Formats: sequence, C-alpha cells, structure tokens
Amino acid sequence: MPTHTPSRSTSGPAPGAAPAPRKRQPNGADLVIRLLERQGIDVIAGIPGGANLPLYDALGRAGSIRHVLARHEQGAGFMAQGMARVTGRPAVFFATSGPGATNTLTAIADAKLDSVPVVCITGQVPLSLVGSDAFQEVDIYGMSIPVTKHNFLVRSVEELAEVIPAAFRIAASGRPGPVLVDIPKNVQMAPVDQAVFDNPPLPGQPAPPPAPDPAGISRAAALLDAAKRPMLYLGGGVVASGASDMAVQLAERAGLPTVMTLMALGAMPAGHPLSLGMLGMHAARHTNLLLAECDVLLVAGARFDDRAVGKAERFCPQATIIHIDIDESELDKILPVHCGITGDVGLALAELLPLLRTRAEAGREAWLTRVEECRRRHPFVMPGADDPRTPYGLIRCAADAVDHDAIVATDVGQHQMRTAQAYPLRGPRRWLTSGGLGTMGFGLPAAIGAALARPEATVLCFTGDGSLQMNIQELATAAEEGVNVKILLADNNALGLVRQQQELFYEGRLVASSYRRKVDFARIAEGFGVPAVDLDASEHPLRDLADALRAPGPCLIRVTVPAGANVYPMVPPGADNLHMIGGEPEPGDAMPALSEDDDDSDTHADATGGRHVHA
Amino acid sequence: MSMPDTATPDRQHLSPRPACPTAVAPDARPLVALRLTVNNHPGVMSHVCGLFARRAFNVEAILCTPVNGGQVSRIWLLVAEDERLEQMVRQVRKLHDVLDVRRRPAGGEGFARLAECMAAWERETAGQ
Repeated sequence: MPTHTPSRSTSGPAPGAAPAPRKRQPNGADLVIRLLERQGIDVIAGIPGGANLPLYDALGRAGSIRHVLARHEQGAGFMAQGMARVTGRPAVFFATSGPGATNTLTAIADAKLDSVPVVCITGQVPLSLVGSDAFQEVDIYGMSIPVTKHNFLVRSVEELAEVIPAAFRIAASGRPGPVLVDIPKNVQMAPVDQAVFDNPPLPGQPAPPPAPDPAGISRAAALLDAAKRPMLYLGGGVVASGASDMAVQLAERAGLPTVMTLMALGAMPAGHPLSLGMLGMHAARHTNLLLAECDVLLVAGARFDDRAVGKAERFCPQATIIHIDIDESELDKILPVHCGITGDVGLALAELLPLLRTRAEAGREAWLTRVEECRRRHPFVMPGADDPRTPYGLIRCAADAVDHDAIVATDVGQHQMRTAQAYPLRGPRRWLTSGGLGTMGFGLPAAIGAALARPEATVLCFTGDGSLQMNIQELATAAEEGVNVKILLADNNALGLVRQQQELFYEGRLVASSYRRKVDFARIAEGFGVPAVDLDASEHPLRDLADALRAPGPCLIRVTVPAGANVYPMVPPGADNLHMIGGEPEPGDAMPALSEDDDDSDTHADATGGRHVHA
Repeated sequence: MSMPDTATPDRQHLSPRPACPTAVAPDARPLVALRLTVNNHPGVMSHVCGLFARRAFNVEAILCTPVNGGQVSRIWLLVAEDERLEQMVRQVRKLHDVLDVRRRPAGGEGFARLAECMAAWERETAGQ
C-alpha cells in the first residue's frame, strides 16, 4: 500500500503536527502479533535474532502475549508442543533465520510424526537477499517441506493477513500437524494499511471434521457383532479428536478388551477392567498374546507403527481388521484392512456405538473370561515398585504422591517405556511423550510448555541422564519462569536402551553406550537455579520424594539406577509381537534371560492354548 | 497444447528415442499419467517432487505448465503402475497446494509428441 508520508516516526508526533497525536503506522510484524492475539495465543516460546527483531519489537509494543525465552530453538519448539499437547489447540514458537531456523527442525519433525498442531514462525533475511547466501540465510522453506504438514514463505505484507489464519487452520484441521511460516525481515517491516490492521481477517479455525461413510460404519458394526474375540485398538487420533470418553463407552457397551498405542495412553483410564494397556514392543505379555487370539480388531486413530505391531504380516494373524482414521493415506498403508473408514474417529465411534450389540447380547463372557485368565497367567512384572530408588519404584511412588490430574512428560529411553508401562494415567491430554520420532531431549521443554498452559497442574517429567543432557539448558527457563515441573531423573550414567539392545542383539558388545564420567546433576540443577533432591543420599526417600513433589516450582529429583536393568518384555525390532523376551514372573529371579527358542516355544504353546479354550 | 511442426525435413533425429518415455517403465511395468492441478507459486514443484523422492517412488517424466492465466498450474507426472501407487496418490492429495489429482493410463503418444517437441529444441540448442 502506498503511503503519503514517508516518515514512520515511532517517537511520537512530529513538531507542529496536529493536536491529536498521529498513530504510528503498523507494520507487518504488528499485524502478525495482532493476528496471533486473535487466534487466542497468550504464550509464545522463542528466541530473538537479527531477522525476527521486528516481530519481537511488535510483541513488546503490543504487550498482550507472554514471551518465554527459551535457551535453544529446539527447546522453544518442544515448549510449544507441550502447550499444544495438553490443550489440543495450536501453539506458537518463534525463531530467527539461519541457525535459529535449523534448530527448530527436530521439534517440527517430532510434531509431524505425532500429529501435534504447532505454528513455527521464523524470521528470514530480506527478500532482496534471499538466494544470495546472506548472513544467517538458510532455505528453511525448502528444508522444512518434508517435516511440516504445510509451510509458507511470505513474499509480501499483503499475504500475511491470509497466511497466518491459514497456518492455524491447517495446523488444527483434520489430522493435526506443524506449519512453518517464514517471514522475510522486509515483509515484517513493510507498512500495513491501517484499515487492514483495524479489521483483520477472522482467526483461522479447524475445518469441520469429515463425516465417516455410513456404509462403512454399518459394515464395521456387522463385523463386530459377529465377532467371538473382538478387541479395540486405540491410537493417538482418539486423543486428538477428543474421543476418549466415546471410545471407553463403546468398549463397555460391546465388551471389548482394549489396547492403546504409546500415543493413546490415558484414553482409557489405567485400571479400567477392559484396559490391557500398551501394545507392542514393551507391552505386558498378556496384551500381545491376546491380540494374537482376537478375531476382529477395531483400530481407531492409529497408524500401525512398527513399534506397536511388530512384524506387520504376523500382526493379529486371525483378525479381520476395521480401521478408522481421519487421514485416508493411513488406510491400507502398512496392512491391508478389511473395512477402512475415513473420517473423524469421534464421529465414527459415536455412530458405531448405538449400532453395536451389547456385551450380553453378543455373548462376550467367554472371551472376557479368557482375557482375565491370560492376564493372571502372564501378569505384568514390575520389580521394586514400592521402592522409589528403583526404576519402576520412582515412577509408581511419584504417581502415588500426586493427584490424578498431574501431567506426565517423558524423555526417550528405558525410563520412557517404564513410565508407559507403569504410570497409572487416568485421562487424555496428560501424557506427553515423543512417540513417532523418539526425540531425546523432548521431556524437559515439553514439560515446561505443559506447565505454562496448565499452571495449576503438577507436571512430572520422567527422564534419563542421556535425554536430560540433550536439552538441559532449559533448566534455566524452568527456573526463570518458576514452572511447576518436577524432573524425575533415573540416572544410570548410560544410554540405557542402546545398551540393552547391544546386550540382547549384539552379543553383549557395549560400544559407546556408557558415559565414562559421571555428571553431578544436583549441582548442575542448582547452578541453573533449580532445587535438587538426591534420593541416593536420603534417609527417608519416600518422604523426601513426596515433599519435593509438593513444593511449588521446579525441582530435580535424582536417583541412581543400575545400567544393566533392562526393560522387559521386549520384542526384538523387526520380530513379530509373540516373540517377547523376558518379563516372566519367576520367583527368585526377576529377569530370566530366555533364549529365543525357549521364548518362541513358550509363547506359541500359550497362544495355541488360548485358541483351544474357544475351539 | 499446439506444437509447431518444425521437424519435417530430418525426422531421422527422432527415430531412435533412447531417452523418450514410452508406455512402460524401464522394468516393463505399465505407466500411468497423474494429472495434478496445483496452486501456481514457487515451491509447489518442491512439495510434489520431494514427496515422490522421499517415499522412494520413481517419476519417469514431468511436465508442468501454467493454466487459466497462471493462478494454477497443471503438473503431469508419468509414473509406473505398482501396488504403492494408490498410497502415493493419497499422499499427493494431502498436499495443500494440490487442488485435484486424476489419473489415466499413459499411452506413449502424448509423451512421444512431447519428445518430438523436445527433440526440436535439442536441435535448435545444438545449433547455437
């Protein structure tokens, strides 16, 4: 837009100006902040730099949005993810051009794989310099294509008014995901027509969820009604569509034993009689055994990740599979399904529920009795659950000390799998874990983001020494913001899950999986301004743990755990889910080392036995 | 698209067409033409080609031209018919700048005519 006056003074009215002080003409950056306000954004994590300083200047002038200064752009990205994962609404983070932008990529890729709605706004060098290898110039538009749901390079200030609402609409519509908006500095600084600024476009809202095909729903109902041994398999899409209650109701009505992926934990509360917890690589033995027996499997909002289904061709070999997903490209991607339904999981389950025969009508008692028998014969083994100075005990005792609304974040590794196995999650949107990408360093900044969005909640962050060191600088952010994040560090001075794989699958050759030098994490935390409790030195570890969890603000609670304590059961990568190693209840020997042959014969015998019950 | 007939005198340049796509892929699978209607802005080709590359799906030939005054473009992709094609089409449909995807069996003729056109350009370039 042409302006009549070349002066864009920010220092008040010029001498001799009209009595009413003229408003400073807004620029592109002001418009971005205004559009973010209208999207309901009240917290932004980020780091300023040369190419996004106009955005920061506008942020400061507006004064309406709290900015959280991360210590690394990846940390800022995971803080945004933390906010988005607990609220279900898109969250925003800022980074400058060049290294600031490249540092965001891991957090963006993580959001893509776990379908988390975040909007990353990067500064870019002025358009006139784009392509010239200017200082701190990288092609973040090109680099982020494979890891975003969509991305934009804004080429004019006029585009901003369309692009920002579109970014939010795309991030939150259908299957959610990350959107990157790259804004050159000259676009941020270009004047914006006052009329556009005063009447900006409407905020971007998620598109109405697609309705499922009624014929598919009827077929699914018929298949389930005829099933003798049906099961329900919930994925992260159930949480994303807010369908957790509906899924539980459906399971209860039809009497469906229910498994969850890592991403869906909490969708059915732990301890629910129909819940069999997580399936897959580190599932309880009974969970994978029962899946092999089921004859009809209803899969809702899941994508058959290899960590969940193992060797896909041997997954649920007896089952007719019904698959509901909002993303059509997930149907038939890994497994050919017998009944594929594209649509919102919540809508689909709501339509399916009244069509289904009830548990009694369908005669499910024999199957449910078999489920209980299998659960009793192959229980999940959790050694040391009462002692907070053991890997499982740290998780269980912390859970006992906080209320059901606590939010649980994890990093990636053995502690993550143990938390998934052992933490009694009571509801959705309280579980933050890097499922698809498996990003070490996710936990602490995601926990900070969750605490920013839910200041009233206690946020537990279970972590390991390897993961914590990948974003340990965010301890400074936690201290500065005073967030209620309790870091529970199971410190084995090793990369435990790597070590476990080397022990089990590389003939015990441990290469580069242990640290030669121990880190004093309590002193590190205190140096950042975060109080620390070392349970190793505690005379009353349970009491000290509870006290630390009750005190407001951030805290680090550390305990030494043995590097040789593996997570069991474990399905070897690439094997089928019946090929479980370890996790058998053996009196006197908590973790028997089974040979593969022993394990095979045992599980096959059991699966056959299970079928005989219903033959 | 109209093509000026500049190739009448010496068609022998065209007769062996080693690089010219035909109706089968190099491994003898039949070819399919995908017709994409896309928003015309810089970056769309990156989105489309990058998707095929990172999902390890070969593209035999690409043609892209603006239509309707340049607001949208048409991209024609020549790909091998295989069991993953439906999955690729679904992935392409998810791209926000892709407005429409259709497919048809690829007879060799269309691309053969395009090859003729390109052969003419080759000759002109060779004369420079």
